[in-house]
Amino acid sequence: MNFTLKIWRQKDAKSKGAFETYKVENISADTSFLEMLDILNNDLVHQGKEPVAFDHDCREGICGMCSLHIDGQAHGPSQGATTCQIYMRKFKDGATITIEPWRSAAFPVIKDLVVNRSAYDQILQAGGFISVRTNSVPDANAIAIPKPDADESMDAAACIGCGACAATCKNGSAMLFVAARVSSLAKLPQGRVEGARRAKAMVAKMDELGFGNCTNTGACQAECPKQISITHIARLNREFLSAKFKD
Amino acid sequence: MSCFLSNSSLGKKLVMSVTGCFLVLFILFHMSMNVTAIISPEAYNTICEFLGANWYALAGTVVLAAGVLIHFLYAIILTLRNYKARGQRRYAVTVKEPGVAWASKNMLVLGFIVLAGLLLHLFNFWSKMQLVELMGQHTNSLGYSPADGAALIRYTFSQWYYVVIYLVWFAALWFHLTHGVWSMFQSVGWANDTWYPRLKCIANIIATIVFLGFAVVVLVYFFCPCLAGAC
Repeated sequence: MNFTLKIWRQKDAKSKGAFETYKVENISADTSFLEMLDILNNDLVHQGKEPVAFDHDCREGICGMCSLHIDGQAHGPSQGATTCQIYMRKFKDGATITIEPWRSAAFPVIKDLVVNRSAYDQILQAGGFISVRTNSVPDANAIAIPKPDADESMDAAACIGCGACAATCKNGSAMLFVAARVSSLAKLPQGRVEGARRAKAMVAKMDELGFGNCTNTGACQAECPKQISITHIARLNREFLSAKFKD
Repeated sequence: MSCFLSNSSLGKKLVMSVTGCFLVLFILFHMSMNVTAIISPEAYNTICEFLGANWYALAGTVVLAAGVLIHFLYAIILTLRNYKARGQRRYAVTVKEPGVAWASKNMLVLGFIVLAGLLLHLFNFWSKMQLVELMGQHTNSLGYSPADGAALIRYTFSQWYYVVIYLVWFAALWFHLTHGVWSMFQSVGWANDTWYPRLKCIANIIATIVFLGFAVVVLVYFFCPCLAGAC
């Protein structure tokens, strides 16, 4: 398969940046999207040109690093998949593919397709944890947790912090990320204890970092590679408001 | 508490939700009142007289104006913040995300249309009814009694352009409500995956009832005023 790639190139955070067009040829349909970029970079290096910088790590859909906006969609054309899980057979032979970095004020571009997502780390550090002494491993049945609660918690905990939610949202809102983190802990007895403090601290940090306000469009859940539902946003709203009213 | 309602993103959304809920309830009341005008213009005028410039109607008007003002101001504040959060550089290519309603992405524009329609409506009706009474006058600029709401409806909707403008206004309100009604439950946390389809269905039903209730009065008075006892 042959493709024309329109890729955002930006020397560093301060540079203006622009799209550059590249051709890649003889790509197998079973090549992953990131492998295709590797092939392109190999060609560029052989030509003595600067390779395209892009984030990647696990290449199995669990690290959340491969944050690319492909043809207008976070993580490309598949639903419920990260960029590394996309294969070139998803594209038509001869297609022009536009690849952009996340566009959000809280995720500034560092270079080419790489953005700084440390804002999510800062939100996590504000309260996305539990403060209990773990000591030795407790007995698995010591604390009984209803199966539906455990399932909901695990659904929310599937969040890989890739940033697709804020990058897709027309408001640049990080609500789905914050909600997933708050919800995954709030549904478990160990996390429930600090539920109020966590919701207030994480929302305050989210606001402080300049993320936008949720207007319930649902675009985040549509583009979330882990298909996390906005039902968790409703829970975050509930957790936050009830905490504030108790103050 | 005042702090989180004005400083926090979720607090501001709570204000949008509560004021929006109040405005929806008012719109439902106003629509019910209007429908009376096609059943009995006399009954409608009795309601107009009952409301008039009495203290409770004036208090209601002030609260209502505050509701509209707060809803609108918060919408502007939230949108400006969102615009900034989105960053200066936008995507070169965008697609419509599956399951995302058009109205949900255009609430401010729809809100502006609703507000513009409201200002016209205040000029068409409020300034010729309650305001006239407040100023101690007995007839409005058209020569009608300020309590003769039916005559005012008849006069306004005998002009085709007002019919068109009002129908566009109601359509914008329909879109605004299809997203706004279920969204106000989401913003206070009273929603989940089981209830989303139900809440969206309820929102569509309320929006459609409001649209039809308002539109039927305009259309009946334009096409067959005799049906409304106006002949």
